[in-house]
Amino acid sequence: MPEPQPQAAATAPPLPPAVVLRELTRRFGDFTAVNRVSLEVTRGEIFGFLGPNGAGKSTTIRMLCGILPPTSGSGSVAGFDIASQSEQIKKQIGYMSQKFSLYEDLTVEENIDFYSGIYRIPGAKKRERKEWVIEMAGLADRRGARTATLSGGWKQRLALGCAILHEPPIVFLDEPTSGVDPVSRRSFWELIYRLAGAGVTIFVTTHYLEEAECCDRLGFIFGGELIALGSPAELKKGFPGEIVALECERPFEVLKRVEALPGVRQATLFGAGLHLTVDRAETLIPALREALPDLEVHLERIAPSLEDLFVSFMEARTG
Amino acid sequence: MPETPAIRTEKLSKRFGELAAVDELSLAIPAGELFGLVGSDGAGKSTTLRMLTGIMDPTAGEVFVLGEDMRRAGEGVRSQLGYMSQRFGLYPDLTVQENLRFYADIQMIPRRGREARIAELLEFGKLTPFKDRPAGKLSGGMKQKLGLACALVHRPRVLFLDEPTNGVDPVSRRDFWRILYGLLAEGVTVFVATAYLDEAERCGRVGLMHRGRLLACDTPKNLRGILKGGVLELATADPRHAVRALSGAFPGGSVVLFGERLHLFAPDPQEAEARARSVLEAQGLEVAVRPVQPTLEDLLVSLLREQG
Repeated sequence: MPEPQPQAAATAPPLPPAVVLRELTRRFGDFTAVNRVSLEVTRGEIFGFLGPNGAGKSTTIRMLCGILPPTSGSGSVAGFDIASQSEQIKKQIGYMSQKFSLYEDLTVEENIDFYSGIYRIPGAKKRERKEWVIEMAGLADRRGARTATLSGGWKQRLALGCAILHEPPIVFLDEPTSGVDPVSRRSFWELIYRLAGAGVTIFVTTHYLEEAECCDRLGFIFGGELIALGSPAELKKGFPGEIVALECERPFEVLKRVEALPGVRQATLFGAGLHLTVDRAETLIPALREALPDLEVHLERIAPSLEDLFVSFMEARTG
Repeated sequence: MPETPAIRTEKLSKRFGELAAVDELSLAIPAGELFGLVGSDGAGKSTTLRMLTGIMDPTAGEVFVLGEDMRRAGEGVRSQLGYMSQRFGLYPDLTVQENLRFYADIQMIPRRGREARIAELLEFGKLTPFKDRPAGKLSGGMKQKLGLACALVHRPRVLFLDEPTNGVDPVSRRDFWRILYGLLAEGVTVFVATAYLDEAERCGRVGLMHRGRLLACDTPKNLRGILKGGVLELATADPRHAVRALSGAFPGGSVVLFGERLHLFAPDPQEAEARARSVLEAQGLEVAVRPVQPTLEDLLVSLLREQG
């Protein structure tokens, strides 16, 4: 029996947070993959879980999905304990990874039917959900196409549709946009906004820091430890120093020259230009102009990007 | 007489059955250039690299590297090329130093000077402190740097890199690009395939590839010039709320968050500004609008939309 939908009455008890981690730890032999991570994700939030490869992101997600038991600490998803109630959790969550688990030899419709079977979607609902996925993924003209012939962006939207056929209130996305073109990546985020707008909680990992900007809150994990947690704006307020963006031709040649200037703590390539981490932009901008008289440069103080921020976190950790 | 380009292709094509993986690709890359071939998975980048390095024969067209026809290239030219593929073969049980020695053997680097070259590469990739660590125990970023060091052991004149920073953290990505610029300073021609458009911005010239075809090829600056329409930057108090509200009114990826600001790409910026203002005002959000320079991603998005 499906649970009755909670009423939005003032008397209804508040729902538990979507995801709770308390000192969650996982060791493999003498290697600590996830080290005492604590955080909470509220209902309807888009939570971005960031960190380099091998930092512990996937291990954390596997524990939250009830696939891997924690070594110590605890966690809950939709109010169910990850160590003892993994079967209940599986009904509450959708999971999609970078390796879309679609059957390449099956058609679009056959893949959807297959997942409807796995999630035991009742017959009456099956058709409605199938049409919903096809509409959402923009696959109306391709329902009979073999999945292998779809482009990366279509496969990705189909995989998302299959992962949420059973209308889970919480969705885990593990690097869902890895390797797809920017149009598909942007369309994918439009789908994520639609889901979040409908109250679904999204827990997403990504390597693209511009995608991280789209999240309500972020957690940054490094070497198994959570080293930063907050909204993008809150995190940026904690950035040590100020950032000056320098636009010029052939920035790599300018890099060495500006690095040597007093007051420049760090200079890094950023897109087509450089980002300089400085103590005070106000005094440094005129000094830079003076130091680079032979170059046509555009200098501007900007808010730090998430990339600037995470580079500073990682450098603080690794020395 | 103009100098022979380091890399030249003429209507280079590769078919796999019905699929044109690479479709009439013509390029000329002068010596000493850093060239970026940009596209998503399946665009044809890796197939192009395999033909450029002589690993795979084209179905049609011509391919020359350092003036040699790669369809029948001998060891002479191959020994001047470096190639780091996506699944570069590092031996996880061998240490960092042993991997470098192994590649030095394959490339038949003479014993004399070999250890000095290895030491130089370890230093270059900041790998010296880790030289005795098994490659399997390195972080993703360090593995990439070791892969690059192995590809450079024989001092190639042309270096081919296939998505070298895919999945690597931002600090390691920055280090990796510094190494590439160091190579440029030594006169090496670098051909890098990447899916990251911010990395493409750093290349001397960029080719945008999609479904086997080259959509555009020029300097980043000139490429931005071909964009039809404009990009507006929108500043609001609640950018995340604003992007969600606008993504319905401007579908198909026209609205993206750029840090704390929104970028709205529009064929008709004036009309778009009026419409965006009315959407945001209905949400009770005040907005400041200014035109900004488009990025290569804006350009690629608009070219892909034209393709349908």
